[in-house]
Amino acid sequence: MSKESNAYIITFAVIMIAVIAATLGFAKEFLKESQTQAINLDTQKQILSAIVPLSEVGETGEQVNAYYAKHIESIAVDINGDEKKINQEGEQIIPEKVSIRKEFKKKDKAEKILPVFKFKDDAGKVTAYILPVYGNGLWDNIWGYIALEPNMKTVKGAVFDHKGETPGLGARIADTEVENRYQGKTIYNEKGELASIEMIKGEQNPADKITEHTVDGLSGATITARGVNSMLENYFTLYENYIQKVKKSSANNVSSLENVALVK
Amino acid sequence: MATETAKSMEATVVKKKSEDLFSKRRRRLVADPLDDSNPITVQVLGICSALAVTAKIAPTLVMATAVMIVVIGSNVIVSLLRNVIPGRIRIIVQLAVVAMLVILVDQVLKAYFYDLAKIVGVYVGLIITNCIIMGRLEAFAMGNKPYDSALDGFGSGLGYAWVILVVAFFRELFGSGTLLDFPVKEMLGLGFIPNNGLMTNPVGAFIIIGIIIWVQRYFNGYVEDH
Repeated sequence: MSKESNAYIITFAVIMIAVIAATLGFAKEFLKESQTQAINLDTQKQILSAIVPLSEVGETGEQVNAYYAKHIESIAVDINGDEKKINQEGEQIIPEKVSIRKEFKKKDKAEKILPVFKFKDDAGKVTAYILPVYGNGLWDNIWGYIALEPNMKTVKGAVFDHKGETPGLGARIADTEVENRYQGKTIYNEKGELASIEMIKGEQNPADKITEHTVDGLSGATITARGVNSMLENYFTLYENYIQKVKKSSANNVSSLENVALVK
Repeated sequence: MATETAKSMEATVVKKKSEDLFSKRRRRLVADPLDDSNPITVQVLGICSALAVTAKIAPTLVMATAVMIVVIGSNVIVSLLRNVIPGRIRIIVQLAVVAMLVILVDQVLKAYFYDLAKIVGVYVGLIITNCIIMGRLEAFAMGNKPYDSALDGFGSGLGYAWVILVVAFFRELFGSGTLLDFPVKEMLGLGFIPNNGLMTNPVGAFIIIGIIIWVQRYFNGYVEDH
């Protein structure tokens, strides 16, 4: 068979494709588990970084896994704030595996699965509720995690990340210094209505402009800041029912415990 | 017994005749792309990734390693197959080999270096279109033996690596005030110097590559033919 004949070329191409496909297939299968672990670890790190510096959590994957398993209890809720255990396909929901991006894109609010990550201290008491948020920045998606104090009003910590914001401008939302500006802010006003936190225009604003509902802005990144604002407002609204339920239950906590004792 | 010794004798004779493992010619294969025919500064190939990933040193190292693995690997594979690859579809075959290696590298990164893979992910995929690699396959590996091709790939990879690492060094130092995420600027007590936002943008890489080319040409006297 001549090297330049059509038959030779076709045979060569077919064999080449088969070999390459097999190699890639094996590689994917072989690496699958490590990849899933890496993705899980990354999610855990992001969730934890909303509330503790990662240096405290530990360097290695095992340390992070152990810390996460010890301190985080995760559930998923729906728009009414009720716990949701099974998704539309009838499968068990694992909150860590819920794609926030996919849930963000769902048009019907009732269908959205909203994960909640409860952070417990060493004694097992819940000291923070970590909520994922997702939205649009200037160039691409932005996302993050907001940790609320158990009173469900005060922000305990925030972490943001982005896909393609401008380095040095919008990308600064992922800087620790900027994230820390959210600490201690309040998401409810005196009347008890939801009042999201707004990143205001311009940077180094005078102190009187920075209230408990506003944070200092990023100069040159007004649109990214607006994206963050609408992302937060959007998600606080989505979680509103759940937030109210937690508030109520913690207010009734003592009495409900007594009730349980009585029933028993 | 006798024939075996004869055979091994023959083998040693053949070995002696063959070229030295690091002969002058072979050393040139590695050394040339570092300076005289540097892929970035002289041939001006692979600029796209040189601009994109060099904002910090760590992702740049990953990128340089990835390119190195792909260029050596594809050079060797194509060189081994050079006598059976049909001429009419050789570019497609080369592309398929490169694509396979790039996907492998990308998958390994995702499995074991997830944090870095998140940063360089897109650009690792773009190695497929990196002109350095296709250029070496077409110009060298199709006509040379595997070992020489490996050396050639190693040289080209190094030539690419040192340039982007130098660019990344200056960009990270002036753009973020750190080196390998180590806050050098503060340690030297120079924290009052503001970071240069230009350096975190690809524009900064353009300027630094320009300066490197200038300095290099000042020393080796290379002039573009007109």
